[in-house]
Amino acid sequence: MDTPDDLYYTDDHEWLRVENGTATVGITDFAQSELGDIVFVELEPEATELEQDDIFGTVEAVKTVSELYMPVDGTITAVNDELELSPEVVNEDPYGDGWMIEIDLEAPGDAEELMGADAYADVT
Amino acid sequence: MANSASSLQTTPLHGVHEERGARMMEFGGFEMPVQYDSIIDEHMAVRNDAGLFDVSHMGEVLIQGDQALSLVQHLVTNDAETLYDGRAMYTVMCTPDGGIIDDGIVYRRAEDEYLMVLNAANRERDLAWMHDHNPMDATLRDVSTETALLALQGPKALDIAQPFLNDDLDDLSFYHFWEQSDGAFLDCETALISRTGYTGEPGLELYVPAGRARHVWTTLLEAGADRGLTPAGLGARDTLRLEAGLCLHGNDITEEINPYEAQLGWLVKLDKGDFIGREALREIHEHGPERRLVGFMATERGIPRHDDVLQSPTGTAIGVVTSGTQSPLLDAGIGLGYVPNEASYTEPGQSLQVASRRRTFDVDVVEPPFHEKA
Repeated sequence: MDTPDDLYYTDDHEWLRVENGTATVGITDFAQSELGDIVFVELEPEATELEQDDIFGTVEAVKTVSELYMPVDGTITAVNDELELSPEVVNEDPYGDGWMIEIDLEAPGDAEELMGADAYADVT
Repeated sequence: MANSASSLQTTPLHGVHEERGARMMEFGGFEMPVQYDSIIDEHMAVRNDAGLFDVSHMGEVLIQGDQALSLVQHLVTNDAETLYDGRAMYTVMCTPDGGIIDDGIVYRRAEDEYLMVLNAANRERDLAWMHDHNPMDATLRDVSTETALLALQGPKALDIAQPFLNDDLDDLSFYHFWEQSDGAFLDCETALISRTGYTGEPGLELYVPAGRARHVWTTLLEAGADRGLTPAGLGARDTLRLEAGLCLHGNDITEEINPYEAQLGWLVKLDKGDFIGREALREIHEHGPERRLVGFMATERGIPRHDDVLQSPTGTAIGVVTSGTQSPLLDAGIGLGYVPNEASYTEPGQSLQVASRRRTFDVDVVEPPFHEKA
């Protein structure tokens, strides 16, 4: 299972990437693999303000449904609209084109509270 | 999410699935492959070409002796008197109240030998029931462990199997079977080649000795590779049977549901003589069931799921979803569920709603099978 070193991870199998002041959120390779073929991705709209562990969307796979949880406090600044038409991209490229939302972090330090790649790999 | 696989049973092909990198899950007390690569790809392979399933978790029981027919007739609702050697039938086995204990296939192998195939999850309970309701003292033999069951399904399935059989598969009709002995079929000491399946496609179910399962599996996959044959898991098996409108015991049919409610009244032969559940079923038949199974398809985005609520168009709860999925073929949510037996809910074209804790969406009642409407 692929767990890139430069990301932060949650117990619920979301990842968070902080790069040039932008934070991006998606689900992990492990999560997409467990879900199987994803057929719908539904995401909260831009400007939604959410706290850590709030639901920011749902993914529906053929067999199952899963909620998506905010890794940290923040406000949604962008939503990956491509996933509406091509949800399978989450299966194909979970850390790249399968990204879900960009957020404005409430407190940039919050990310440091999450797991690193090694800790996450131990959980899965 | 490591599974505690230690307590689970495995099939003779377990190692093959692991080598192939299948995702495994618990089903009916067995650790089974749910998918190899993708449920949707495996599903479409079966609709367009062919798929090979390991369904060795299914239970097989031999009913033998002078009293074999008498016991079969006592236990099941369908009429085994109509069978002849090489002929099989689909049936249900009911409680005295008419509730469905299990569904399965009965094969007549000889005048004094029937093979009954049961769902894995119910096998032990079924066997206990059969032993407890055998006053005629027929011989019951559980041959589940020594028997492997492979399902070769899809429009190209028969072509792929043909080179391994001496007779022309065009001559083997639906719900008929051949017995092959002395290695005639892929070195198997014995094999039962059955024109049955659970996908809505043409195909075969192959009962072979456990020790030959790997050989049969590997040989068929190699033989069919150039025609698109792919291993398919229980995930695709479930979406395929649902598109075909076939019930799954434990979901769509249970001991709380009778065959008339489940649209399986055609399996109940009230005039065949006495059998368990006959009086209750006669009563239900006379008055008509109060609820019945319907198929439905989403007219907007939404996937029905087991236990979601079925609602009238005005939002009143009227029933429950027993199976649901996104149909890979139709690219729409489809499901089965129970509603009151009233035309306003059961007529094809009627609008209903499916409500889950996430959302509510509209569906139309559709007469299954769904896949033939594509």
